[in-house]
Amino acid sequence: MSTGVLDPARVGQGSGDDTGPLAVRTDGLTKRFRSGQVAVDDLALRVPRGAVYGFLGPNGSGKTTTIRMLLGLVRPTGGQAWLLDQPMPDAGAAVLPRVGALVEGPAFHPYLSGRANLDRLAAVDATADPRTAARRRDEALERVGLGAAAEKRFRQYSLGMKQRLGLAAALLQPRELLVLDEPTNGLDPQGTREVRHLVRELADAGTTVLVSSHLLAEIEQVCTHVGIMSRGHLVLQGARSVLAERGQARVSVTTTTGHVGAAARVLRGLGLEEPVVDGLRLDAPVDGLAPEDVSAALVRADVPVVGFEVRRPSLEQVFVELTGEGFDVAR
Amino acid sequence: MSHAETMVGAPVQVRGAFGRLLRSELRLQLGRRRNLVLLAGLAAVPLLLGLVLFLTRDTDLAGQGPGFVGKVTENGIFLVVASIFVCLPFLLPLTIGIASGDAVAGEASAGTLRYLLVVPVARTRLLVVKALAALAFAGSAVLAIAVVGLVAGAAFFGLHDVVLLSGDTVPLGVGAVRIAGVVAYVALSMTGLVAVGLFYSTLTEVPVGAMAATVVTAIVSGVLDTLPALSAIHPWLLTHHWLDFAEFLRIEPDWQVVAGGLGVQAAWVAVFSALAWARFTTADVSS
Ligand SMILES: Nc1ncnc2c1ncn2[C@@H]1O[C@H](COP(=O)(O)OP(=O)(O)OP(=O)(O)O)[C@@H](O)[C@H]1O
Ligand SMILES: [Mg+2]
Repeated sequence: MSTGVLDPARVGQGSGDDTGPLAVRTDGLTKRFRSGQVAVDDLALRVPRGAVYGFLGPNGSGKTTTIRMLLGLVRPTGGQAWLLDQPMPDAGAAVLPRVGALVEGPAFHPYLSGRANLDRLAAVDATADPRTAARRRDEALERVGLGAAAEKRFRQYSLGMKQRLGLAAALLQPRELLVLDEPTNGLDPQGTREVRHLVRELADAGTTVLVSSHLLAEIEQVCTHVGIMSRGHLVLQGARSVLAERGQARVSVTTTTGHVGAAARVLRGLGLEEPVVDGLRLDAPVDGLAPEDVSAALVRADVPVVGFEVRRPSLEQVFVELTGEGFDVAR
Repeated sequence: MSHAETMVGAPVQVRGAFGRLLRSELRLQLGRRRNLVLLAGLAAVPLLLGLVLFLTRDTDLAGQGPGFVGKVTENGIFLVVASIFVCLPFLLPLTIGIASGDAVAGEASAGTLRYLLVVPVARTRLLVVKALAALAFAGSAVLAIAVVGLVAGAAFFGLHDVVLLSGDTVPLGVGAVRIAGVVAYVALSMTGLVAVGLFYSTLTEVPVGAMAATVVTAIVSGVLDTLPALSAIHPWLLTHHWLDFAEFLRIEPDWQVVAGGLGVQAAWVAVFSALAWARFTTADVSS
């Protein structure tokens, strides 16, 4: 495995990889439901402060269950979790005011207006200054584009408006950490873009964002880090580049007639796998080798190179490779 | 600015936070249309009862009916007692069962519970506020019957010096205090049922289930209370002492009876609040 990848199995043992300050950390976090199902298994999350952490995984892979444990809603059956360096759920009263959260879709009182729903949450918050409550509430509504619909009953909101109100609730106070579970669910492309924009804006202001999704494409562009869940396990975690590195690059060399054999010898000589030959083109994975070393070796061996291409699989391909493909949920 | 930690200080609790939470909860529950409809339904009972008694006052039917109902035409103030008496077996438990069974389960089923808890609000504090709001609603329910009963009784039959159960007559002012005692006793008699409803409410995400279970508990208690074979447990039944409000209408109320009835309620409140607390503070919120 290339450098920069945090192998979950290794970081879980407290290796030196996790140096900088972390906004979210879990060790061996496990949830076995009473049904016997292990929804989350031995999770070692590392979300650095200031990161936008894309928490990815297909349906039923355990993202929401993990988030519920982080927030103290569900009690882990094993392991520990820390938010902003404090243990959860014990330190919930001290930590959660600094954390904004959207968990498994928005939920509000249907017969109250959007504004009244936010007022309700503000009234519940023991740390919120009631003198600034109205201003903060209006700012949050404006920020998510609901200013004009604030007086409407929640029942009459469209799916996207509901999602936006959920985001507004998470932004009622200045936050150090935002935990957003599928925030783009139900939004139109324009709304999805706006959420991405919002996430980037918050991240620029220093807020750490943990954002879950089952669609890589939706959050790929904003993430600095990724964690990929599959069947309750964290199969990959680290800076965003690890995802690209994880996918094996291949070189494709096109030469002239009569030099295919020589080219193949050079590639083999570099320790590469047996190249796939297609006419004048040779194709091989560049296991741990810099592509420029390959081209240099070819030139040194006087192999004419008329085409040289390095291909990496798309992030989507890597993602699918890691989490498995197919319509059926794992369990 | 490198990290947000420089932006936000450690959060401190603002003064008066509990009061704000409680007011918000009371506004939510007492302002809710469904709950207002329930209160209006209860308030309609004395109106209907008063109207029927008024229309039949000069017929053969006048002066009949159980307990206090027959006395209403002589003195409108008894419409308060008669209405409470009529509502006690079913309508009042139904109304209170709906409100208290909904307390936690309603938030769970709407999904709002998880957002309250991550605000955050401590689970014990939330449960206390939910209990207080349910108690306030129960009190409002009894009060709604009483106030409308008093106004309707005065309008239909006028208010006069009060003839107690023992046959003694006391001035209207003294009688009114006695009636207030009845109302207070009945309101306090509902606290056990509120606690039971609150406990059921912590068990499920289906509010209708908790509501139904609460109402059924009151009904089953009433049925058990009529079975002579179970006379040994009768004094401990939730509903057994509800009708002891009549003590307030004797010339010398037996305060031991009153205290006994309230003591049984206190026991139900203690047991079921403890159960509700134990359940709610440890339950996974996965709704
Ligand atoms: N309360 C519960 N009791 C039993 N099993 C549960 C419970 N909640 C979740 N699960 C199971 O745990 C697994 C993980 O669920 P979870 O909701 O965490 O997945 P997810 O990654 O958030 O999926 P999605 O992308 O669909 O939201 C699923 O198989 C689910 O059936
Ligand atoms: Mg989910």
